[in-house]
Amino acid sequence: MKSIEAMGMNVSGLDNVVISSSKVLVNGRALEHESQGNAMLTEIYRSHVADWPKFFKMDTLSKVGFLATELLLKERDEARMGSEEFASDRAIVLFGTTASLCADRNYQATIQSASDYYPSPALFVYTLPNIVTGEIAIRCHYRGETQFLVVENFDSHQMAFHVQCALQDSVTKSVLVGWVDSTGNDDFECFMTLVDRNEAACADTLAEQMEGIMNNLK
Amino acid sequence: MGRLIRCIADNVVSPLGVTSAANYEAVKAGRSGLARYEGMGNITTPFVLSRIDRDVVDGLCSNLGIEIKAYTFFEKMVLASAAQAVRDAGIDARSERVLFIFSTTKGNVSLLGDAQGFPSDRVLLGVAAHQVTAWMGNPNPPIVICNACISGVVAQIEAMRALRSGKYDYAVVTGADEQSPFIISGFLSFKAMSDAPCRPFDKDRKGLNLGECAATVVLAVTDAVSEGWELKTGAIRNDANHISGPSRTGEGSYLALREVLKECSMDDLAFVNVHGTATAYNDEMESIAIYRAGLIDVPVTGLKGCYGHTMGAAGVVESILSMYAVQDGTVLATRGYSECGVSYPVNVSAECRKTTGSSFIKLLSGFGGCNAALLYEKH
Repeated sequence: MKSIEAMGMNVSGLDNVVISSSKVLVNGRALEHESQGNAMLTEIYRSHVADWPKFFKMDTLSKVGFLATELLLKERDEARMGSEEFASDRAIVLFGTTASLCADRNYQATIQSASDYYPSPALFVYTLPNIVTGEIAIRCHYRGETQFLVVENFDSHQMAFHVQCALQDSVTKSVLVGWVDSTGNDDFECFMTLVDRNEAACADTLAEQMEGIMNNLK
Repeated sequence: MGRLIRCIADNVVSPLGVTSAANYEAVKAGRSGLARYEGMGNITTPFVLSRIDRDVVDGLCSNLGIEIKAYTFFEKMVLASAAQAVRDAGIDARSERVLFIFSTTKGNVSLLGDAQGFPSDRVLLGVAAHQVTAWMGNPNPPIVICNACISGVVAQIEAMRALRSGKYDYAVVTGADEQSPFIISGFLSFKAMSDAPCRPFDKDRKGLNLGECAATVVLAVTDAVSEGWELKTGAIRNDANHISGPSRTGEGSYLALREVLKECSMDDLAFVNVHGTATAYNDEMESIAIYRAGLIDVPVTGLKGCYGHTMGAAGVVESILSMYAVQDGTVLATRGYSECGVSYPVNVSAECRKTTGSSFIKLLSGFGGCNAALLYEKH
């Protein structure tokens, strides 16, 4: 399996984007970049997105989730960029273990000492991990369900179960599913994929596919 | 097979009491947990907060056999509420057919400022949740809903879905948040806080108050509900507009309301229990969403004047208080309200009113543009 991935093939069966601190893979194909960590995110943004200045205001968790979504939708050639149409039939359901910890630490530093006390609303807002789902919803004009679920450990079966739960909503037809974690401004991992009702019909299959995508992060 | 969802037990731990019934009686009597503080930690700005007495939570934990030195205050308030509700429900928490779902925005975040000797990973929500399920002896990996201020409604929707899937027989949903300088300073930096008790929907409203609470509902799946409370449906929708301000058209709240109204008989609807934070933008937005959803004549009631904004707990405690109110034939007063200060004149009152309705809608919205509504019906 490793050798197939090295050749740049998508073995999961689901379109996916994988981002770690040192690599970006779109359906298994590595994107070229010279920098690492947060600088790499900016580099990839400039070369592949470039038209969403809000990116620069985002915290690391949001940058990673936003970029992964952009690259995924671009790969699928979905006609939603620049569209004024809003849609409610796509949910965004993201998972992670560290949630907003990175933003939490950055914000805590601004209130820790009385002599250096300068709490900032721009930092505080990102201490909610679901902000990344909002950033994606704004960009993509998605008015459907948005959720951030925090787990103790990566568990593809637990994730698949909650993706199926999201599809119980009568309006939801597809789910943008992601794993997003950030422990430092230069330290993050993420995968993003998209599933419809058929693709999520069997929880075990979906779990296996997400397990495969997660392996690309290693 | 119906796959109906029933609420079989509930608990509220707040400054107003440590049972749901005590909380309801206190709110109906017009009491509030809000008090003014001149500062906290490095905060020197005055604010109003509804704060739980730490000794009360330690006392509850001791009575339940919970080792009070082993857990943080946040974990203890969750444990105290969840353990009491599980006991009242008479279910075996050790069964793999029982799922624990937690709702919190910041969990143990206060440990970042003062670790109090706890391991550094306790600040992770999944690790904190695991302390609770481990004490309960529950084998399932816990899930924590972290969706800003709508978390408590989302957690109940997620529990409803988990039960309908057939994988679980019971879901224990606990919402809680501890108020620390971290959260208080953040809301102060947003200039969203009032230094006086909050005034939801009032023309003189100046902002929100924060509050502490832990609240639990135990839900069960059944084929028929002959008596008691049924969680009928719920929906979560995004404004896709702004990460820290509500939509001017109330889009997400309107869409969520429209979805739950599909299963609602208007003749039976007693009231909408709103978010009603008493910020200028939130209450205005909700009035627009309520108007657009065709609910402008339906009684509206908000509880932030009694509890403050309890964040992860809000959706759960406000649902529980609403159940008790409907059972009592009452639309609870909106404490702090006096004169309408929103564009669409929602049907809100400073006094308790009578109702013959048998259902209610719980509505919430939060940062990240998220909104959620759910519908409970009494049988």
